[in-house]
Amino acid sequence: MQQLWLIPCLPLVGFLLLVLGHGRCSRSVARLVGVGSVAMAALVTLWVALDFYSPGAAQSYQVELWPWFSAGTLEVSFGLYLDGLSLSMLFVITGVGSLIHWYASGYMWQDPDYQRFFAYMNLFVAAMLMLVLADNLVLLFLGWEGVGLCSFLLIGFWHQDPANGYAARKAFVVTRVGDTAFAIGLFLLFRELGTLDLPTIMALAPEQFVMGANRPTLIAALLLAGAVGKSAQLPLHTWLPDAMAGPTPVSALIHAATMVTAGVYLIARTHNVFLQAPDVLLVVAFIGLFTLLISGFTALNQTDIKRVLAYSTMSQIGYMFFALGVGAWNESVFHLMTHALFKALLFMTAGSIILAMHHEQDIRSMGGLRRQLPVPFWCFVIGSACLVALPPTSGFFSKEAILNAIWQLPGYGPWLWAGGVLGAFITAIYSFRLLFLVFFGPQQAQPHEPKGWQFHPPLMILAALSLVAGWFVLPTAPVLPASPAGHPPTWTMVVAITMPLLGIAIAYQVYVRHQWQGLRLAQWQQLRQFLFQGWGFDGLYKHLLLTPFTTLARVNRNDIIDGLPKLVIGISRLLHGLFSRLQNGQLRFYIATLASAAIIVLALALKVL
Amino acid sequence: MDSQYIDHAMVLAGILFCLGLVGVMVRRNLLFMMISIEVMLNAAGLAFIAAGSAWGQPEGQIMFLAVITLGAAEVAVGLGLTLLLFRHHNSVNVDQLNQLRG
Repeated sequence: MQQLWLIPCLPLVGFLLLVLGHGRCSRSVARLVGVGSVAMAALVTLWVALDFYSPGAAQSYQVELWPWFSAGTLEVSFGLYLDGLSLSMLFVITGVGSLIHWYASGYMWQDPDYQRFFAYMNLFVAAMLMLVLADNLVLLFLGWEGVGLCSFLLIGFWHQDPANGYAARKAFVVTRVGDTAFAIGLFLLFRELGTLDLPTIMALAPEQFVMGANRPTLIAALLLAGAVGKSAQLPLHTWLPDAMAGPTPVSALIHAATMVTAGVYLIARTHNVFLQAPDVLLVVAFIGLFTLLISGFTALNQTDIKRVLAYSTMSQIGYMFFALGVGAWNESVFHLMTHALFKALLFMTAGSIILAMHHEQDIRSMGGLRRQLPVPFWCFVIGSACLVALPPTSGFFSKEAILNAIWQLPGYGPWLWAGGVLGAFITAIYSFRLLFLVFFGPQQAQPHEPKGWQFHPPLMILAALSLVAGWFVLPTAPVLPASPAGHPPTWTMVVAITMPLLGIAIAYQVYVRHQWQGLRLAQWQQLRQFLFQGWGFDGLYKHLLLTPFTTLARVNRNDIIDGLPKLVIGISRLLHGLFSRLQNGQLRFYIATLASAAIIVLALALKVL
Repeated sequence: MDSQYIDHAMVLAGILFCLGLVGVMVRRNLLFMMISIEVMLNAAGLAFIAAGSAWGQPEGQIMFLAVITLGAAEVAVGLGLTLLLFRHHNSVNVDQLNQLRG
């Protein structure tokens, strides 16, 4: 447990080396530092895990590194906290992270800013590790903002194109809305409990808060707003599809596997607060359900391979929120882990395809790539199978567990379950639409497959992990409350397996055999356009927020509030002009003024006037 | 000195002071302005002497000594400045020496 501090420290050191050596270190050195630091962190994670699993070891421990600051009764320390939940996140971040770094070292090789790329990537990993290892919410917030910053920097990595800078700013500003709510939630939490130390909060929350009272509800709602912003859920989800402007390994690492799941981690981490606010938990479930359905329908219509995957990521995180909302905490984190594996796999495969197609991302100009790109093809098949939850892939186990837990929710459980199954059905259609359009059908261009030790091995390792991860057991059970026991009827399981298969069959009929063309949305142009633009959320926000804001800014160009200071300035100027006339340099005028003033004062004193 | 003369002395001092003041205000030549200031200082000195004598107090004469000292110092500095100004501008007309206007 003494080596825990090494885990976030190693990528940070990598970042510092790359930044300080910028312009001086060669590509191979940058590759060694960038990939090596994260791989070392993964090895240390394994070491920590061995300690953690050894018999008799503590199930959770805190490592105080140094006091950070104190103000009044607030004592914030730089401390790390490890338990089953943070260990599970460590596996995902360092494990998937090092595979993605490995892949990125080949993917970005031609880029002139290779060193800068790895500096940002290492900083991101360090911030993300800080986020999951923090033992207090202030430190967690530091990591939270750190990953937001790195997300901004990496989305706008190719800053020469103004569109990328716009996407980066959009991501930054939209998540900032949630972050502000999160910060206010922290202030309230501190006011109520007098501490921001995570283990203390977990212990105090059930005692201090009245179940369903206003205060825990408000705090949980504010924390949820932060989580929603970071995890791209309704209504703060609009930044994620645009975030695909970044390099593909960035999309795999930040916008699929790790950062966007930080919201899920936050809710799971503060579950005792959320348990005291059942209304908010219900909201979490509905946000998840709506997000997974809306983004699923949107994904059906996208033409950019990365945007399909982005909407699919939103939809899968929707499943995680859904699970959190119905109390399936362990299942949610399990889905987080399996999703990180197969979505990173899908993104990296998409990256290989994009490289092979010379940076073409439009799936309509792909097709028939099955024979030219056999390794990406099979990896994509495995990733898609996980995504649509075909047994016995990992996605099947995690999604099945979530759906089972949803069914058992008293009251409207079966209705929510039906929503989840509908989501799975749509997932199957859009995933296999993507697969069929890219790999089947007539070939339209000659791809040049990127080969080498940086391209195929990470994909194959991730594919293997995605297949077998269903049998992994995450050590979250002692940390998170268990989901309701019991089994739903067998037919629900049959339906849950059949629906994805049905979806695949429909996608096959429509996109490979070109039948049932009535199901394509081509003839409903307006609906298609509506779905293509993500249900018009961007337009809605433009009209609701942007237009009033810019109008106000234009009307108030000469700031009204500035009038008051400007008035003071004007009066000063006027008096200055008046009095500077008196300073005319005429000595005799001064004397005359002096004498007449003296006479007047004298007269006043003698009461003559 | 009898106290009945104090009125005369004060009137004389007032006339001298006004003469000096008018001199300072109307003359343009720095030298004459300084002479007028001397007249004003001495008018004040005369008022001190007369008042001290009328009440039989020594402070009037002490103040006159202070005024003489002040006048000497003023002349020393003032003449030095006048000399420098004359060398610099080749003139002692105060209306031309107005570079310090606001």
